[in-house]
Amino acid sequence: MIVAEADRSFYDRVLQATPEGERLRLCLECGNCSGICPFGYLMAYPPSRMIAMLRADRFDKLLEADSIWMCVSCYACTAACPSKIPLTPGLMASIKEELVLAGNVPNELQNALTNSQRYGNPLGESPRKRADWANRIAPEVKIMGKFKQPVDVLWFVGDYASYHPRVQSTTRALARILNALGVDFGILGPDESSDGDSQRLAGEHGLFEMLADKNGKAFGKYKFNQIITTDPHAYNAIKNEYPKLGISYPIQHYTEFLAERLDQIKPMLKRESKAKVTYHDPCYLGRANGVFDPPRALIKAIPGVTLAEMLHNHTNSLCCGGGGGGMWLDGFQWEKAHVRLSEWRVREALDTKADILAVACPYETPRFEDAAKTVEGAAQLKVKDIAELLLEAMGI
Amino acid sequence: MNIVVLAKLVPDLVEELTIDANGNALDSSFARLIINEFDDHAIEQGILLKERGGGSVTIIAPDAEGADDVLFTAAAKGADRLIKIKGDFSNVNNHALARAFAKVVSGIKPDLVLTGVQAHNDLDGALGPLLAELLEMPYIGYVSAVSINGDKVLIKKEYPGGLLAEMDVQLPAILGIQAAEEPPRYVAVSKVRQAMKTSSIEEQDASNLDPCGGSAIGRMFQPEASSHATMITGSPDEVAEKLVGVFKELGIV
Repeated sequence: MIVAEADRSFYDRVLQATPEGERLRLCLECGNCSGICPFGYLMAYPPSRMIAMLRADRFDKLLEADSIWMCVSCYACTAACPSKIPLTPGLMASIKEELVLAGNVPNELQNALTNSQRYGNPLGESPRKRADWANRIAPEVKIMGKFKQPVDVLWFVGDYASYHPRVQSTTRALARILNALGVDFGILGPDESSDGDSQRLAGEHGLFEMLADKNGKAFGKYKFNQIITTDPHAYNAIKNEYPKLGISYPIQHYTEFLAERLDQIKPMLKRESKAKVTYHDPCYLGRANGVFDPPRALIKAIPGVTLAEMLHNHTNSLCCGGGGGGMWLDGFQWEKAHVRLSEWRVREALDTKADILAVACPYETPRFEDAAKTVEGAAQLKVKDIAELLLEAMGI
Repeated sequence: MNIVVLAKLVPDLVEELTIDANGNALDSSFARLIINEFDDHAIEQGILLKERGGGSVTIIAPDAEGADDVLFTAAAKGADRLIKIKGDFSNVNNHALARAFAKVVSGIKPDLVLTGVQAHNDLDGALGPLLAELLEMPYIGYVSAVSINGDKVLIKKEYPGGLLAEMDVQLPAILGIQAAEEPPRYVAVSKVRQAMKTSSIEEQDASNLDPCGGSAIGRMFQPEASSHATMITGSPDEVAEKLVGVFKELGIV
């Protein structure tokens, strides 16, 4: 079969996006991916049909449809694929990239990408204010550029944890916990740029490389033993993508870091709670990187707490709707779907009769809190980051 | 069709602005510059005209931090020629800027000059009319659509109250763009990087930055509060009593 020029260059892009990209040719057309995709039922071309169209030399049809912008890069299709095709980072990101290069980007997403280019964060905030969340923390949070001394742990805070007013309270909670544990840590502050992972999965690979390069240079300026991060997207980028660009550092999600210190933490958790807690696995911590147990171990360590699992949990967890550019496509996706993935998840949390929906990703607190406002019967459901639950149990 | 677009850089309001020690200008050492939003629309309109009817688009920007990025981004969108005017533009007014632009633009002999209708740092009038006077060309501002029709352009001009006018303008002419017909497009970082390799920026010297005719700034300052709200505190009964007292004092009851 003669592969059209456009198709060949597209296959090259898929190969470039991921090491196992050529597995795309092994598709069985079983349809698992389209069935498990949370927005598959709304797409003119869900993943398996995308592959069928590629094989039928109808790539142009794919580019005309805007199905791809419903993809929230949640890795559900990738996890369900019996042929182990890296659909999320390969096919899906590459089709988005094709559209980004053609300048065919929904407006909301365009703003986030432009802001990331200009300010190093998708929210369009001043880079100088990146550490403002830490202003009232004592002892003072060390900003590496000012402190000018080595630290044990470099905390990569991330965009939403730095700037989003709701998530800042989570960020402050973790800072207080680290202080209480006596961890020698510092942050990059204005030297930190967006990790770029969601921009990459939204198809802006050049922007991802630019941001990774800036962070790589910032890491190189300072001395530390390891990185921890509040943001599973930053975790995924620094763990799996930055090394391909020659930027290699040991990294842990904060839940892994704290779970390793449970012996020290447990005696500090003095306040008993009668709460029933359910835990939402963030896509980029759980499904994409296999970190399922440390967050649960932290929740279970709080005296009196019971942990209830939602219908979808672990590898089968449901996306909050924020990944792969979804955070910046809420209006677009609402117009297409008239449903929100976050509301679906909140309904599952209600089914467990939980008092608290616990999260471990900075995208999720605001998304689920908003959803709880619109889902019937969810007014009493509290959405809390695990760091907030731990701090409350410590009573400090 | 030879189209020229002027791009001016202005302080980015994402950063807090500070006044310099003399108290009559912004402290440029803290300001971060960004393309004037209306000029971004002017660039988009220029590219749209080229895509529809052919011709070439030249972008001219005064030398400032970020000017190269603005020019290369425009090239990635489809601009053909990039010119940077060299000189110290850190504290020039629009009269001086218009004179610098006029010299470069007249050498290009354009059919159409597009500029943003305004900028938030226009303290001595908008750039377009000043330039039109120097180049002896007609000027129309608040333009939100342009189509080329032989040696004329048909434009839509916005008026307050939602009114629109359609006008024919004889070329060459200068238009102050209020909004391009499409929102300014996104260009991928890789395309801007490619443009940096494939296109080049011509540099021309600003012969004389003459600010004559502009207003002189006596004092520049942050908004100053002239009075403050009074907070009434206490129990509901006490607050009510105090409120009644205030009403009586003001002669309301």
